[in-house]
Amino acid sequence: MLRQIFVAAVFVLGTAQPLLADNAVDPNADFKAFREYFTKRFPKVPLNDFVNGPYSMDEGLRNQWKSIEEFPPYEFAVEHGKERFAKPFKNGKTLGDCFPNKGIGIRQNYPYFDTKSGEVITLELALNQCLEANGEKPLDYSSQDMAALTAYMAFTSRGKPFDIKIPNDPRALAAYRSGEQYFYTRRGQLNFSCASCHVQNPGGHIRTEVLAPALGILNAMPIYRSTWENMGTITRRFRTCNSQVRGVPLPGQDVLYRNVEYYLSYMGNGLPISGPSARP
Amino acid sequence: MRTRTLIRLSVILSVVGLTTAALAASADDFKAALAKAEAANKQAGALKNQWTTTKDELKAAQKAAASGNFDEAVKHANQAEALAKASIAQSKAEETAWTAAIVR
Repeated sequence: MLRQIFVAAVFVLGTAQPLLADNAVDPNADFKAFREYFTKRFPKVPLNDFVNGPYSMDEGLRNQWKSIEEFPPYEFAVEHGKERFAKPFKNGKTLGDCFPNKGIGIRQNYPYFDTKSGEVITLELALNQCLEANGEKPLDYSSQDMAALTAYMAFTSRGKPFDIKIPNDPRALAAYRSGEQYFYTRRGQLNFSCASCHVQNPGGHIRTEVLAPALGILNAMPIYRSTWENMGTITRRFRTCNSQVRGVPLPGQDVLYRNVEYYLSYMGNGLPISGPSARP
Repeated sequence: MRTRTLIRLSVILSVVGLTTAALAASADDFKAALAKAEAANKQAGALKNQWTTTKDELKAAQKAAASGNFDEAVKHANQAEALAKASIAQSKAEETAWTAAIVR
Protein backbone atom coordinates (compact mmCIF):
# COMPACT_ATOMS: atom_id res chain seq x y z
CA MET A 1 0.00 0.00 0.00
CA LEU A 2 2.78 2.41 1.02
CA ARG A 3 4.64 1.51 -2.12
CA GLN A 4 1.57 2.35 -4.24
CA ILE A 5 1.17 5.71 -2.53
CA PHE A 6 4.85 6.46 -3.10
CA VAL A 7 4.61 5.56 -6.80
CA ALA A 8 1.48 7.69 -7.18
CA ALA A 9 3.14 10.64 -5.43
CA VAL A 10 6.21 10.40 -7.66
CA PHE A 11 3.98 10.30 -10.72
CA VAL A 12 1.92 13.31 -9.65
CA LEU A 13 4.99 15.39 -8.77
CA GLY A 14 6.75 14.33 -11.93
CA THR A 15 3.92 15.45 -14.17
CA ALA A 16 2.89 18.52 -12.20
CA GLN A 17 6.27 20.23 -12.19
CA PRO A 18 6.62 20.78 -15.94
CA LEU A 19 3.04 22.08 -16.00
CA LEU A 20 3.77 24.54 -13.23
CA ALA A 21 6.94 25.68 -14.96
CA ASP A 22 5.09 26.17 -18.24
CA ASN A 23 2.28 28.19 -16.66
CA ALA A 24 4.48 30.35 -14.43
CA VAL A 25 4.06 34.03 -15.23
CA ASP A 26 7.38 35.79 -15.48
CA PRO A 27 7.00 39.20 -17.16
CA ASN A 28 10.68 39.99 -16.79
CA ALA A 29 11.75 36.80 -18.59
CA ASP A 30 9.12 37.46 -21.29
CA PHE A 31 10.42 40.99 -21.71
CA LYS A 32 14.01 39.84 -22.19
CA ALA A 33 13.05 37.08 -24.64
CA PHE A 34 10.78 39.44 -26.60
CA ARG A 35 13.43 42.10 -26.97
CA GLU A 36 16.13 39.60 -27.85
CA TYR A 37 13.91 38.05 -30.52
CA PHE A 38 13.50 41.36 -32.35
CA THR A 39 17.03 42.65 -31.93
CA LYS A 40 18.48 39.35 -33.19
CA ARG A 41 16.06 39.18 -36.09
CA PHE A 42 16.73 42.79 -37.12
CA PRO A 43 20.32 43.43 -36.01
CA LYS A 44 20.63 46.55 -38.18
CA VAL A 45 17.66 48.31 -36.61
CA PRO A 46 18.72 50.52 -33.69
CA LEU A 47 16.72 49.58 -30.59
CA ASN A 48 14.88 52.89 -30.27
CA ASP A 49 13.96 52.82 -33.94
CA PHE A 50 11.54 49.91 -33.45
CA VAL A 51 8.98 52.45 -32.22
CA ASN A 52 8.83 53.76 -35.78
CA GLY A 53 7.09 50.59 -36.88
CA PRO A 54 7.13 49.90 -40.63
CA TYR A 55 9.60 52.76 -41.21
CA SER A 56 12.22 50.84 -39.26
CA MET A 57 11.72 47.90 -41.63
CA ASP A 58 11.54 49.50 -45.08
CA GLU A 59 13.89 52.09 -46.55
CA GLY A 60 11.44 53.38 -49.17
CA LEU A 61 8.69 53.91 -46.62
CA ARG A 62 11.15 55.59 -44.29
CA ASN A 63 12.00 58.18 -46.92
CA GLN A 64 8.32 58.91 -47.53
CA TRP A 65 7.78 59.25 -43.79
CA LYS A 66 10.60 61.78 -43.48
CA SER A 67 8.85 63.95 -46.05
CA ILE A 68 5.49 63.49 -44.29
CA GLU A 69 7.01 64.57 -40.99
CA GLU A 70 7.80 67.99 -42.47
CA PHE A 71 4.07 68.72 -42.24
CA PRO A 72 2.83 66.04 -39.86
CA PRO A 73 -0.80 65.10 -40.50
CA TYR A 74 -1.41 64.56 -36.75
CA GLU A 75 -0.53 68.17 -35.93
CA PHE A 76 -4.16 69.30 -36.07
CA ALA A 77 -5.11 66.54 -33.65
CA VAL A 78 -2.44 67.68 -31.18
CA GLU A 79 -3.74 71.24 -31.35
CA HIS A 80 -7.34 70.14 -30.99
CA GLY A 81 -6.40 67.83 -28.12
CA LYS A 82 -4.58 70.63 -26.33
CA GLU A 83 -7.64 72.87 -26.51
CA ARG A 84 -10.01 70.09 -25.51
CA PHE A 85 -7.74 69.14 -22.62
CA ALA A 86 -7.76 72.66 -21.22
CA LYS A 87 -11.47 73.29 -21.80
CA PRO A 88 -13.21 73.62 -18.40
CA PHE A 89 -16.06 71.25 -17.51
CA LYS A 90 -19.40 72.62 -16.32
CA ASN A 91 -18.02 72.39 -12.78
CA GLY A 92 -14.99 74.50 -13.69
CA LYS A 93 -12.46 71.68 -13.47
CA THR A 94 -10.45 70.37 -16.42
CA LEU A 95 -9.14 67.00 -17.54
CA GLY A 96 -5.74 67.94 -16.16
CA ASP A 97 -7.21 67.91 -12.65
CA CYS A 98 -7.72 64.13 -12.86
CA PHE A 99 -4.10 63.29 -13.62
CA PRO A 100 -0.73 63.47 -11.90
CA ASN A 101 1.32 66.49 -13.02
CA LYS A 102 -1.88 67.89 -14.56
CA GLY A 103 -1.61 65.24 -17.28
CA ILE A 104 1.59 66.61 -18.79
CA GLY A 105 4.39 64.14 -19.64
CA ILE A 106 2.69 61.11 -18.09
CA ARG A 107 1.61 59.03 -21.08
CA GLN A 108 4.55 56.64 -20.57
CA ASN A 109 3.01 55.42 -17.30
CA TYR A 110 -0.19 54.15 -18.93
CA PRO A 111 -1.68 51.60 -18.74
CA TYR A 112 -1.21 50.84 -15.07
CA PHE A 113 -2.68 48.23 -12.80
CA ASP A 114 -5.01 49.79 -10.26
CA THR A 115 -4.74 47.76 -7.06
CA LYS A 116 -7.96 49.31 -5.70
CA SER A 117 -10.24 48.23 -8.52
CA GLY A 118 -8.08 45.24 -9.47
CA GLU A 119 -8.03 46.15 -13.16
CA VAL A 120 -5.91 47.68 -15.87
CA ILE A 121 -6.46 51.39 -16.44
CA THR A 122 -5.48 52.64 -19.86
CA LEU A 123 -5.12 56.29 -20.77
CA GLU A 124 -8.30 56.19 -22.85
CA LEU A 125 -10.25 54.68 -19.95
CA ALA A 126 -8.77 57.16 -17.47
CA LEU A 127 -9.87 60.05 -19.70
CA ASN A 128 -13.43 58.77 -19.82
CA GLN A 129 -13.46 58.04 -16.10
CA CYS A 130 -12.42 61.64 -15.55
CA LEU A 131 -15.17 62.97 -17.81
CA GLU A 132 -17.82 60.86 -16.10
CA ALA A 133 -16.60 61.71 -12.60
CA ASN A 134 -17.10 65.35 -13.49
CA GLY A 135 -20.58 64.92 -14.92
CA GLU A 136 -19.47 65.07 -18.56
CA LYS A 137 -20.37 62.70 -21.37
CA PRO A 138 -17.75 60.00 -22.03
CA LEU A 139 -16.20 59.85 -25.49
CA ASP A 140 -16.40 57.04 -27.99
CA TYR A 141 -13.09 55.17 -27.72
CA SER A 142 -12.54 55.30 -31.46
CA SER A 143 -13.56 58.95 -31.85
CA GLN A 144 -11.43 61.77 -33.20
CA ASP A 145 -11.82 63.63 -29.89
CA MET A 146 -10.38 60.69 -27.95
CA ALA A 147 -7.56 60.40 -30.49
CA ALA A 148 -6.86 64.14 -30.20
CA LEU A 149 -6.67 64.01 -26.40
CA THR A 150 -4.32 61.02 -26.37
CA ALA A 151 -2.29 62.60 -29.20
CA TYR A 152 -1.77 65.71 -27.12
CA MET A 153 -0.87 63.74 -24.01
CA ALA A 154 1.54 61.52 -25.97
CA PHE A 155 3.09 64.60 -27.53
CA THR A 156 3.92 65.98 -24.07
CA SER A 157 5.65 62.65 -23.29
CA ARG A 158 7.69 62.31 -26.45
CA GLY A 159 11.09 60.77 -25.85
CA LYS A 160 10.19 59.52 -22.39
CA PRO A 161 10.66 55.76 -22.05
CA PHE A 162 7.64 53.54 -21.47
CA ASP A 163 7.58 52.72 -17.78
CA ILE A 164 4.86 50.14 -17.23
CA LYS A 165 4.86 48.47 -13.86
CA ILE A 166 3.45 45.13 -12.85
CA PRO A 167 2.91 45.23 -9.11
CA ASN A 168 3.46 42.16 -7.00
CA ASP A 169 -0.23 41.36 -6.99
CA PRO A 170 -1.63 38.09 -8.38
CA ARG A 171 -4.43 40.04 -10.07
CA ALA A 172 -1.89 42.17 -11.94
CA LEU A 173 -0.03 39.07 -13.08
CA ALA A 174 -3.32 37.51 -14.14
CA ALA A 175 -4.16 40.62 -16.19
CA TYR A 176 -0.71 40.52 -17.78
CA ARG A 177 -1.09 36.82 -18.57
CA SER A 178 -4.54 37.39 -20.03
CA GLY A 179 -3.09 40.11 -22.28
CA GLU A 180 -0.29 37.82 -23.35
CA GLN A 181 -2.81 35.08 -24.12
CA TYR A 182 -4.93 37.46 -26.18
CA PHE A 183 -1.85 38.56 -28.11
CA TYR A 184 -0.85 35.03 -29.10
CA THR A 185 -4.34 33.55 -29.59
CA ARG A 186 -5.51 32.96 -33.14
CA ARG A 187 -8.98 34.27 -33.90
CA GLY A 188 -11.30 35.25 -36.72
CA GLN A 189 -12.07 33.18 -39.79
CA LEU A 190 -8.58 33.92 -41.14
CA ASN A 191 -7.10 32.28 -38.03
CA PHE A 192 -4.60 35.05 -37.24
CA SER A 193 -3.27 36.17 -33.88
CA CYS A 194 -1.73 39.58 -33.23
CA ALA A 195 1.60 37.72 -33.17
CA SER A 196 1.02 36.16 -36.61
CA CYS A 197 1.62 39.57 -38.19
CA HIS A 198 3.64 41.51 -35.64
CA VAL A 199 5.96 38.81 -34.26
CA GLN A 200 6.17 36.18 -36.96
CA ASN A 201 6.09 38.50 -39.98
CA PRO A 202 7.24 42.05 -39.19
CA GLY A 203 8.76 43.71 -42.22
CA GLY A 204 6.70 41.40 -44.45
CA HIS A 205 3.83 42.58 -46.59
CA ILE A 206 0.10 42.10 -46.50
CA ARG A 207 -0.90 43.44 -49.87
CA THR A 208 0.87 46.82 -49.97
CA GLU A 209 1.20 47.25 -46.20
CA VAL A 210 4.49 46.67 -44.40
CA LEU A 211 3.84 44.92 -41.09
CA ALA A 212 5.14 46.70 -38.01
CA PRO A 213 7.14 44.86 -35.37
CA ALA A 214 5.31 44.29 -32.07
CA LEU A 215 8.27 45.69 -30.17
CA GLY A 216 7.47 49.35 -29.53
CA ILE A 217 4.23 49.21 -31.51
CA LEU A 218 2.19 51.06 -28.87
CA ASN A 219 4.87 53.69 -28.21
CA ALA A 220 3.74 55.36 -31.42
CA MET A 221 0.04 55.59 -30.60
CA PRO A 222 -2.24 57.27 -31.45
CA ILE A 223 -1.63 57.38 -35.18
CA TYR A 224 -2.78 59.28 -38.21
CA ARG A 225 -3.42 56.65 -40.86
CA SER A 226 -3.43 57.78 -44.46
CA THR A 227 -5.75 54.84 -45.24
CA TRP A 228 -8.27 56.20 -42.74
CA GLU A 229 -7.57 59.85 -43.56
CA ASN A 230 -7.84 60.60 -39.86
CA MET A 231 -6.58 59.65 -36.42
CA GLY A 232 -6.85 56.28 -34.73
CA THR A 233 -6.74 55.43 -31.05
CA ILE A 234 -5.38 52.17 -29.65
CA THR A 235 -8.96 50.93 -29.32
CA ARG A 236 -9.61 51.66 -32.98
CA ARG A 237 -6.41 49.88 -33.98
CA PHE A 238 -7.32 46.74 -32.01
CA ARG A 239 -10.86 46.71 -33.35
CA THR A 240 -9.64 47.12 -36.93
CA CYS A 241 -7.14 44.28 -36.49
CA ASN A 242 -9.99 42.06 -35.31
CA SER A 243 -12.19 42.83 -38.29
CA GLN A 244 -9.29 42.44 -40.72
CA VAL A 245 -9.03 38.79 -39.69
CA ARG A 246 -12.83 38.48 -39.92
CA GLY A 247 -13.41 38.53 -36.20
CA VAL A 248 -16.15 40.60 -34.58
CA PRO A 249 -14.37 43.39 -32.66
CA LEU A 250 -14.87 43.62 -28.90
CA PRO A 251 -16.50 46.68 -27.35
CA GLY A 252 -14.13 49.61 -26.78
CA GLN A 253 -11.96 49.12 -23.67
CA ASP A 254 -13.17 45.57 -23.15
CA VAL A 255 -11.10 43.99 -20.40
CA LEU A 256 -9.24 41.90 -23.00
CA TYR A 257 -8.24 44.98 -25.00
CA ARG A 258 -6.99 46.63 -21.82
CA ASN A 259 -5.05 43.54 -20.83
CA VAL A 260 -3.40 43.15 -24.22
CA GLU A 261 -2.46 46.84 -24.11
CA TYR A 262 -0.93 46.23 -20.69
CA TYR A 263 1.10 43.27 -21.97
CA LEU A 264 2.27 44.99 -25.16
CA SER A 265 3.14 48.25 -23.41
CA TYR A 266 5.21 46.32 -20.89
CA MET A 267 7.08 44.74 -23.81
CA GLY A 268 7.82 48.29 -25.01
CA ASN A 269 9.30 49.35 -21.66
CA GLY A 270 12.44 51.44 -21.97
CA LEU A 271 11.67 52.48 -25.54
CA PRO A 272 10.69 56.12 -26.08
CA ILE A 273 7.18 57.40 -26.61
CA SER A 274 7.04 58.50 -30.25
CA GLY A 275 3.33 59.18 -30.57
CA PRO A 276 1.44 60.66 -32.08
CA SER A 277 2.70 59.41 -35.38
CA ALA A 278 1.75 58.85 -38.99
CA ARG A 279 1.27 55.52 -40.72
CA PRO A 280 0.41 54.66 -44.33
CA MET B 1 -52.61 4.58 -76.29
CA ARG B 2 -52.57 8.36 -76.20
CA THR B 3 -54.81 8.36 -73.06
CA ARG B 4 -52.44 5.93 -71.34
CA THR B 5 -49.45 8.13 -72.07
CA LEU B 6 -51.28 11.14 -70.77
CA ILE B 7 -52.19 9.32 -67.56
CA ARG B 8 -48.59 8.18 -67.09
CA LEU B 9 -47.31 11.67 -67.67
CA SER B 10 -49.76 13.21 -65.22
CA VAL B 11 -48.79 10.62 -62.56
CA ILE B 12 -45.11 11.40 -63.04
CA LEU B 13 -45.74 15.12 -62.87
CA SER B 14 -47.78 14.84 -59.69
CA VAL B 15 -45.05 12.72 -58.02
CA VAL B 16 -42.37 15.23 -59.04
CA GLY B 17 -44.57 18.10 -57.83
CA LEU B 18 -45.25 16.46 -54.49
CA THR B 19 -41.54 15.66 -53.98
CA THR B 20 -40.53 19.22 -54.75
CA ALA B 21 -43.16 20.53 -52.37
CA ALA B 22 -41.88 18.17 -49.70
CA LEU B 23 -38.28 19.35 -50.20
CA ALA B 24 -39.04 23.08 -50.13
CA ALA B 25 -38.19 24.65 -46.77
CA SER B 26 -40.91 26.23 -44.68
CA ALA B 27 -40.90 29.17 -42.30
CA ASP B 28 -40.68 26.69 -39.44
CA ASP B 29 -37.62 25.03 -40.97
CA PHE B 30 -36.02 28.43 -41.18
CA LYS B 31 -36.91 29.28 -37.58
CA ALA B 32 -35.38 26.02 -36.37
CA ALA B 33 -32.20 26.51 -38.41
CA LEU B 34 -31.91 30.11 -37.27
CA ALA B 35 -32.33 29.17 -33.61
CA LYS B 36 -29.50 26.63 -33.90
CA ALA B 37 -27.23 29.12 -35.64
CA GLU B 38 -27.96 31.86 -33.13
CA ALA B 39 -27.35 29.53 -30.20
CA ALA B 40 -23.96 28.54 -31.60
CA ASN B 41 -23.07 32.16 -32.31
CA LYS B 42 -24.07 33.12 -28.77
CA GLN B 43 -21.69 30.50 -27.47
CA ALA B 44 -18.93 31.96 -29.69
CA GLY B 45 -19.80 35.38 -28.23
CA ALA B 46 -19.32 34.06 -24.71
CA LEU B 47 -15.83 33.00 -25.83
CA LYS B 48 -15.33 36.48 -27.30
CA ASN B 49 -14.65 34.98 -30.68
CA GLN B 50 -17.51 35.61 -33.06
CA TRP B 51 -16.67 35.77 -36.74
CA THR B 52 -17.86 38.54 -39.04
CA THR B 53 -18.76 35.93 -41.63
CA THR B 54 -21.20 34.26 -39.21
CA LYS B 55 -22.87 37.61 -38.72
CA ASP B 56 -23.07 38.10 -42.52
CA GLU B 57 -24.67 34.68 -43.02
CA LEU B 58 -27.23 35.37 -40.28
CA LYS B 59 -28.14 38.65 -41.94
CA ALA B 60 -28.43 36.95 -45.33
CA ALA B 61 -30.65 34.26 -43.80
CA GLN B 62 -33.02 36.82 -42.31
CA LYS B 63 -33.10 38.80 -45.53
CA ALA B 64 -33.98 35.70 -47.56
CA ALA B 65 -36.66 34.72 -45.04
CA ALA B 66 -38.16 38.20 -45.18
CA SER B 67 -38.56 37.84 -48.95
CA GLY B 68 -40.17 34.42 -48.50
CA ASN B 69 -37.27 32.43 -49.91
CA PHE B 70 -37.00 29.85 -47.13
CA ASP B 71 -34.77 27.48 -49.06
CA GLU B 72 -32.16 30.19 -49.32
CA ALA B 73 -32.80 31.30 -45.74
CA VAL B 74 -32.21 27.81 -44.35
CA LYS B 75 -29.06 27.47 -46.45
CA HIS B 76 -27.62 30.69 -44.97
CA ALA B 77 -28.69 29.77 -41.43
CA ASN B 78 -26.97 26.38 -41.74
CA GLN B 79 -23.87 28.07 -43.06
CA ALA B 80 -23.96 30.49 -40.11
CA GLU B 81 -24.23 27.59 -37.69
CA ALA B 82 -21.27 25.84 -39.32
CA LEU B 83 -19.16 29.01 -39.10
CA ALA B 84 -20.13 29.62 -35.48
CA LYS B 85 -19.21 26.04 -34.60
CA ALA B 86 -15.85 26.50 -36.33
CA SER B 87 -15.17 29.64 -34.29
CA ILE B 88 -16.00 27.73 -31.08
CA ALA B 89 -13.66 24.93 -32.13
CA GLN B 90 -10.95 27.51 -32.82
CA SER B 91 -11.36 28.99 -29.34
CA LYS B 92 -11.23 25.57 -27.70
CA ALA B 93 -8.09 24.62 -29.62
CA GLU B 94 -6.42 27.94 -28.83
CA GLU B 95 -7.04 27.59 -25.09
CA THR B 96 -3.82 25.61 -24.97
CA ALA B 97 -2.29 26.05 -28.44
CA TRP B 98 -1.46 29.75 -27.94
CA THR B 99 1.41 29.00 -25.56
CA ALA B 100 3.34 27.32 -28.38
CA ALA B 101 3.64 30.71 -30.11
CA ILE B 102 5.13 32.60 -27.15
CA VAL B 103 8.55 34.08 -27.79
CA ARG B 104 10.84 32.39 -25.28
